[in-house]
Amino acid sequence: MEEETVEPSSLELDFSGRKGVSRRDFLKYCGVVTAALGLDASFIPKVAHALTAPRPPIVWLHFASCTGCTESFLRSSNPLVSDIILGTLSVEYHECLMAASGDAATSRLKNALTQYAGQFICICEGAIPTAENGVYGMIGNKTMLQIAQEVCSKAKAVISLGTCASFGGMPGAAGNETGATSVHGALGGFPTINIAGCPPNPVTLVATITNYLLSGTFPELDSLGRPVFAYGNTVHSACSRVGTANCLKGYGCRGTLTYNNCPSVKFNEAASWPVQADAPCYGCSMPDFFDKGNFYDYSGGS
Amino acid sequence: MANIVLDPVTRIEGHMRLETEVTSGKVSNAWSTGTLYRGVEAILQNRDPLDAWMITQRVCGICTYVQGIASIQSVENSLNLTVPENARIIRNLLMGSQYIHDHIVHFYTLHLLDWVDITKAILADPAKTVTVDKQISPTRTRNAAYFTAVKQKLTTFVNSGQLGPFANGYWGHSGYLLSAEQSLVFMANYLEALNFQGKVAKIHAILGGKNPHPQGMLIGGVSLKLDFTAARLNEVATLLTAAKDFVTTYYLPDTTAIATVYKGYAGIGDTANLLSFGEFPLSSSGTGSPFFPRGAIFNQATTQVQPVDVANITEHVARSWYDGSDALNPTVGEAIPAYSGINLSSKYSWLKAPRYQGQPMEVGPLARVMVGYGKNMPTMVSAVNAFLKSTGLTLAQMYSTIGRTAARAIETKVIADALPGWNSSLLARLNSGDLTNKKSFTMTSGGSGVALSEAPRGALGHWVTYSGGKITNYQMVVPSTWNFGPRDANGVAGPVEQALVDTPVADQTKPLEILRVVHSFDPCLACAVHLFDPAGGDAVDITIR
Repeated sequence: MEEETVEPSSLELDFSGRKGVSRRDFLKYCGVVTAALGLDASFIPKVAHALTAPRPPIVWLHFASCTGCTESFLRSSNPLVSDIILGTLSVEYHECLMAASGDAATSRLKNALTQYAGQFICICEGAIPTAENGVYGMIGNKTMLQIAQEVCSKAKAVISLGTCASFGGMPGAAGNETGATSVHGALGGFPTINIAGCPPNPVTLVATITNYLLSGTFPELDSLGRPVFAYGNTVHSACSRVGTANCLKGYGCRGTLTYNNCPSVKFNEAASWPVQADAPCYGCSMPDFFDKGNFYDYSGGS
Repeated sequence: MANIVLDPVTRIEGHMRLETEVTSGKVSNAWSTGTLYRGVEAILQNRDPLDAWMITQRVCGICTYVQGIASIQSVENSLNLTVPENARIIRNLLMGSQYIHDHIVHFYTLHLLDWVDITKAILADPAKTVTVDKQISPTRTRNAAYFTAVKQKLTTFVNSGQLGPFANGYWGHSGYLLSAEQSLVFMANYLEALNFQGKVAKIHAILGGKNPHPQGMLIGGVSLKLDFTAARLNEVATLLTAAKDFVTTYYLPDTTAIATVYKGYAGIGDTANLLSFGEFPLSSSGTGSPFFPRGAIFNQATTQVQPVDVANITEHVARSWYDGSDALNPTVGEAIPAYSGINLSSKYSWLKAPRYQGQPMEVGPLARVMVGYGKNMPTMVSAVNAFLKSTGLTLAQMYSTIGRTAARAIETKVIADALPGWNSSLLARLNSGDLTNKKSFTMTSGGSGVALSEAPRGALGHWVTYSGGKITNYQMVVPSTWNFGPRDANGVAGPVEQALVDTPVADQTKPLEILRVVHSFDPCLACAVHLFDPAGGDAVDITIR
């Protein structure tokens, strides 16, 4: 392995001085990302290089959200999230993480739009309220709708992170009074990369950005705007319980209808995923999933 | 006299605007505004009550799990359904690990930059920093090479010119009191905590499938079955040990050190009244006191904890963007969202103003810690006394910005000490052959139920009413509504609005002191904006479990 390609200092991932261990961890992670992208192992050094090149600017916008997508991003573990923030990306604006508040924060956004016009990746978290001209969501005296209109058009690409930004999610579910809808919908069909899921898997987010760093392009998308590398197959297709007595179909599992990489990538350092905890897949990466109902069939099973 | 507007307030969950009036260098008035409305209760209407928890869990993703389980418990309450002992313990483990995770993220990721100037850290002498590190926590073993590496990392980052999330902070403010070496210790721990928090969240994945938004909860228990094994519980045990070590070696000593340096904040940011619903049931029948006791404290009378009767809760909308409710008679009518812009002398927030016996109440760690102390909970008394002894603060000074921040670490220590034992008891039950994870039940077409619990940020109540198998009324009264709500119909300010008054502001262009007070409450504004119809709440036959 060409370790020299993954220099320099950003490889001291955990600040512990255990550089060798950290490097191995980093390369292991690059292997995970490479596999998630559907590339063979010979791409690992290129992935590693892409992850240590000059940091691409990120503008992260919070709309009608629960901040669960940010929390999911914080669970990135390999490389450590501190290294993504300090060493891989340049997070120019992120209301949950940034030191600056009030005008000092707003000016950060303004500067990023000027300094990095056409270059930054915009990550949107949450749905956008559109009813009553968007008054149900305001930041710094502007509606979220205005902010989305202003920022997204200046971005290199817009990632809708999570099911709310991708498809409207919970705030856009039936009965909502706020006209909350996806970024794509609120902006009149504006093209977005939809990393759906509630929460979205952080590995899919990092892999999508890595793909861009590698090739200058964004991954192939399915008809719902989701990267094919992560959403090309059903949950069912990779589920280890298929054909066993422990299949959760009888409990209402929607793995056959749901496209996502949960069984292969799992969550939280691959500690588990819902089906492994005997919770049926309820289809959280699909549009309108909150309106499907009957998330657990209590009459099911044996 | 001038007004300072902070919009957005950052390093919080959700969307918040804060306006303060400053007179002669001190805050003389404050107005707290929630700027996002999602209308979750309206979305819940006409849904199957069995599905409600899936929606409510999405009220908050930082405080994940808690809004989901509260909904499940409200439906269980409507069915008089108790859960098996294994499920009770697993739920306590999920809730307890949520506290630890949430509080660590709050202190290090959301609050610490209020106390630590990153630009001082890169001036530190790494060798001297080792000594400072051990002064804060004697069991730490980090050497000069470690701090040299951290300093190098931060220096490289600063020199890159891309300051990312650290840009435009109030760096250089005279209110930053830590030495360069102390600053380097805390910046190292900022990064360590950012990396460590994911370990605690793994407990949710093992027991509930994923985090955030664990999926393995259900009415009548938990789903965990094939992974309900000794091997998996041993993994949980390892993570709990790591969490306990982190809290003991880093979080609590760091908080104590901050409290010692910033003693001035023991005289800033107090509120009068505290409310806790209690949390961590210690029996599956719901009898007996929970681990954290229930109680209310008025006028800082810590030793006179009052019982809690939720019939005494009302919510005001006189200063909130809703029509259709008369603040003097809050049992009338339904609130209808009606945005009318920021008008500080009239309506200025999506949050309502909840009151208990007509009083604004602070909820959260300080309430739980003082109620526990006032009710002589032994582990709480000893943790509080140890903190007071280390810092030289008095019990009365706990009612403050620094007391609130410390209370969060104190209760984390108490929980982190308790969780391994709970996990061991679960393992013992498993080893004795009890694998029961859920109880079957017959759903009724109509009913009503309530669940009262303590989210990490404070007192949480869910009320559900259903008929014909569909929800006809759903209400949540959540922690940040209590803490961040606006004035009530009588013009009485909410807890954070009161706490801010008299906060000194040295430089109005850099209102660092205001951020310290506000962040000590751990704002969660997405959670806070909800409709509550007290008429529905009062109609419920309340059996608290």
